[in-house]
Formats: sequence, structure tokens, C-alpha cells
Amino acid sequence: MAKVPVQFRLNGSDRAAFVAPADNLLTLLRRGLNEFGPKYGCGQGTCGTCTVLIDGELQLSCLTLAATCEGRHVETVSGMANGPTLHPIQQAFMEHFAAQCGFCTPGMLTAARALLEANPTPSREEVIDGISGNICRCTGYEAIIEAILAAARSGQVRRA
Amino acid sequence: MPIEIRTASTASEAAGLLAGDRQARLLSGGTLLMRDLNEGRLTDGVLVRLTDPAYRQIGVSGSRVELGAGVTMAMILKRRELACLHGAARAIGGPAVRNMATVGGNLFAETPYGDFTVALLALDAQVMVLQGYGAPRAVGLEEFLAGRGRASSGLVTAVQVTLPQNPLDLRFRKVSRVRPKGIAVLSIAALLPTSGGRVTGARVAYGAMAPTPIRAKAVERALDGKALDAATIAAVRAVATEGTRPATDAVASDWYRREVLPVHLARLLSGQE
Ligand SMILES: Cc1cc2nc3c(=O)[nH]c(=O)nc-3n(C[C@H](O)[C@H](O)[C@H](O)COP(=O)(O)OP(=O)(O)OC[C@H]3O[C@@H](n4cnc5c(N)ncnc54)[C@H](O)[C@@H]3O)c2cc1C
Ligand code: FES
Ligand code: FES
Repeated sequence: MAKVPVQFRLNGSDRAAFVAPADNLLTLLRRGLNEFGPKYGCGQGTCGTCTVLIDGELQLSCLTLAATCEGRHVETVSGMANGPTLHPIQQAFMEHFAAQCGFCTPGMLTAARALLEANPTPSREEVIDGISGNICRCTGYEAIIEAILAAARSGQVRRA
Repeated sequence: MPIEIRTASTASEAAGLLAGDRQARLLSGGTLLMRDLNEGRLTDGVLVRLTDPAYRQIGVSGSRVELGAGVTMAMILKRRELACLHGAARAIGGPAVRNMATVGGNLFAETPYGDFTVALLALDAQVMVLQGYGAPRAVGLEEFLAGRGRASSGLVTAVQVTLPQNPLDLRFRKVSRVRPKGIAVLSIAALLPTSGGRVTGARVAYGAMAPTPIRAKAVERALDGKALDAATIAAVRAVATEGTRPATDAVASDWYRREVLPVHLARLLSGQE
């Protein structure tokens, strides 16, 4: 199958790859670029663990055609920490035991980041809506909601 | 032939590509089409991307609104003038899906999806369809839905609606088992303009109660010229399921959908939560 070239920014660095026309962005990230932050859960848009930001907007990488990312900026969970310093939302997740198996965590963190960057002081209802596209089989969500509210209270997440 | 991606910079170019190849499909937000690709249901053919900015534009002049077919649910939620459509836009998926899912794609979404289309149907939307080259033709949404699925429906460029004078005249309710986000057991949109305390020109639409969103014409007749009181609502309940053909799926059985429809319709009309 003829491959098509795609160039884009990934967490601030320029990347280039060849993709099959039918490849989704998640496949490109994981198989093509060894970027294992976003996970493969369902490939249907239902679980949210593949969630990324594309040009600052929350999107599902499994439902995004890789070739359409040409020239765009893709940000994954791997870009959140600054070297050894965790992002304030990651710190809050750790302190509030918001991850158990951790499979949903890349999507939860990314969704929480998009929420707080748009709305630094969300209500509990807004937090619930913000992660409503992300399924967690372990925590029962309470710890995650608490962590996101705590990160908001810390005032350390800046508006994008 | 494997999958091939073609990028069109104008609507007529995209419509030409769709008209010239029956297998070609437009890639709008991709939330449904990508599932078909990921699961191997779609393995061959041309995917057409339309990059014309007009495809993603919202035009508002007074109460007349034109939504480009590539407008997303999130874009609608950002516009205050479109407040009466916010309930339906918010009913679709979580925030990531709302950033991707488009108005045009929702017109093609198979039941029990299509919640936004239900609201458009209550507003008597016109679908702007471009078949091959030329100018788009306005097709009533009801007619569009009746013909959906038959060979090549062309390119939908936009949807036009007239907003109600009072945004509260359009009521919307989606019933699902999972909150805040879940697939519809059913959804209902009701446009209830009143004058002198009586409903005039009611339009009521259902989602997930037939293979496509449908109008509830018996309900509209029971409402017209009446005050929205207990007697009217009782009369509406009695005819609520007329013309419905719901499916049995993983969310609900056809029996259950028919049983709960009159209850939810009555609650919507009486303003109950
Ligand atoms: C997790 C999840 C939750 C969802 N929840 C809901 C929900 O609650 N309610 C709901 O209604 N839907 C829901 N959906 C389904 C879907 O996201 C929406 O229906 C959406 O509006 C579809 O639009 P799209 O742009 O993504 O369509 P696409 O996948 O791009 O297209 C769908 C089909 O329509 C055709 N098409 C699209 N646009 C045009 C056009 N302009 N002209 C001609 N053909 C066109 C495509 O070729 C394709 O066949 C959900 C999806 C996911 C993944
Ligand atoms: S893998 Fe993308 S939503 Fe589940
Ligand atoms: S921590 Fe296991 S799925 Fe969320």
C-alpha cells in the first residue's frame, strides 16, 4: 500500500513519518513514533485513553486520520511533565490516589488539562463533564474528580 | 483498491469527487467513519476531505442561521445566539467527541445516534445538498432523512434553520442510562410556540424511535391550538407512540422504548425534570 508522508509537531518537536492512508493517529504515535503515552483501549472513541490535544483542542487519536495531522501540533500526556517535575495535575493525581492500574490515566490527565486550561476554576459538575468521555474501570472516579478539583484549587494550572 | 485520501479545497470539487465514485465517502469529523476504518468494515475507496473554511462556518443573520456541515458540536456550544441548540449539542458524547462530531455527520448517524438531527427536525431545517457540480439545493430535513441510505446523497454543504423567537420554545430531552454521557434510549425535541396561551405550530421530533429521526405528527395535532394543560398532555400521551418503529439494541428493547416514550414526552411538555 502506498504510504503518505506526514510532518507535524509532537510535544513541541518536529516529527516526520510515513503512514498508510487508513492509519489513525494513535497507530502512528505508538507504532510509528514509539510514543506510548496514549493507550489503545477500544479504537471506537468510547474509552478515551487515547485522548490527545491537537492544536490545543481535546481529540481522540484513534478517531483521527493520521494523514490529517499534517502541520498540526499534537500533545500527549508525555509532554505534561517538565523533566523530573510533574505537571500540577499529575502531582494532584499522585497525591489523591487517582490512578490504580493507570490505563485510563493518560486520557484522564489530558482531559483534565484541557478542562483546567479553559476553565481554571471548574465546579464539580464541570469536572464530571470534562472527563465524561473517559472510562476508568478501577477508581470509581471519585479520586480522579477530587484530584482535578485539588489541582484547580492549587491555582498552578495556567489558562492556555 | 485500498483506502485513498483526496483533499478538496472547494465544495464543488468535493461534490464532484463524491459524484464520480459511488464508493467515495466524505470524511467530516470522522467519529463514525474512523470506527469503520479501525474495525475493517471499510477497507477500500476514496475518503474525501473538504478544507474549504466555509464548510466550518456559522452564519447568523437575525433568526436565520446557516450551519456549515463541518461545524462541530463544540463550535455550536460557544455561540450564545444558538442557545436553543445547546441542549442537543451537549447531549453528544464527551468533550473530545463534541470537538470532533459535526452537524453534517450527525445527519447520517444511524439510530440510536442522531440526537442533534432530532432538534434540527423540530426546527424544520433545510439541508443544502450539492450533487455533482452547480449550486446546492435545499431539501427539507424530513425528505432528506427519508431518502438517506439510498444511493449517493451527495455532499451536504450546510443546514439552515430559523431560530424560535423565544429560545425556550424549543425543548430537548435525551434519555440515556449512563450519565452524563450515554447512548440514547430515545430523544425528543419539541418546538412549542405559544400565542394567547395556546400552542400554535407545534413541531415534535423523536430520535431512536424509528430507523431515522422522525416527526411525531399525531402529537403535533394533539397540541395545536391547545393550552399546555393536564388534559392536553393526557391527550398527547395517548398518541405519543403513533408512527414509531423503535429498534431493539444493546441500550433498550423496542418494547421499553415505546413504554417510556409517553412518560418522557409528558415530562418534557409539563416542564418536569
Ligand atoms: C464515544 C462516542 C459517543 C457518541 N455519542 C453520540 C451521541 O450521544 N449522540 C449522537 O447523535 N451521536 C453520537 N456519536 C456519533 C457521532 O459522533 C455523531 O453522530 C457525529 O455528529 C457524527 O459526525 P462526524 O462528523 O463525526 O461524522 P463522520 O464520521 O465524519 O461521517 C459519518 C457519515 O456521514 C457521511 N458524511 C458526513 N458529513 C457529510 C457531508 N457533509 N456530506 C455528505 N456525507 C457526509 C460520511 O461520509 C460518513 O458516512 C458518538 C460517537 C462516539 C465515538
Ligand atoms: S482507544 Fe480511542 S477512545 Fe478508546
Ligand atoms: S486506573 Fe485503571 S482504568 Fe482507571
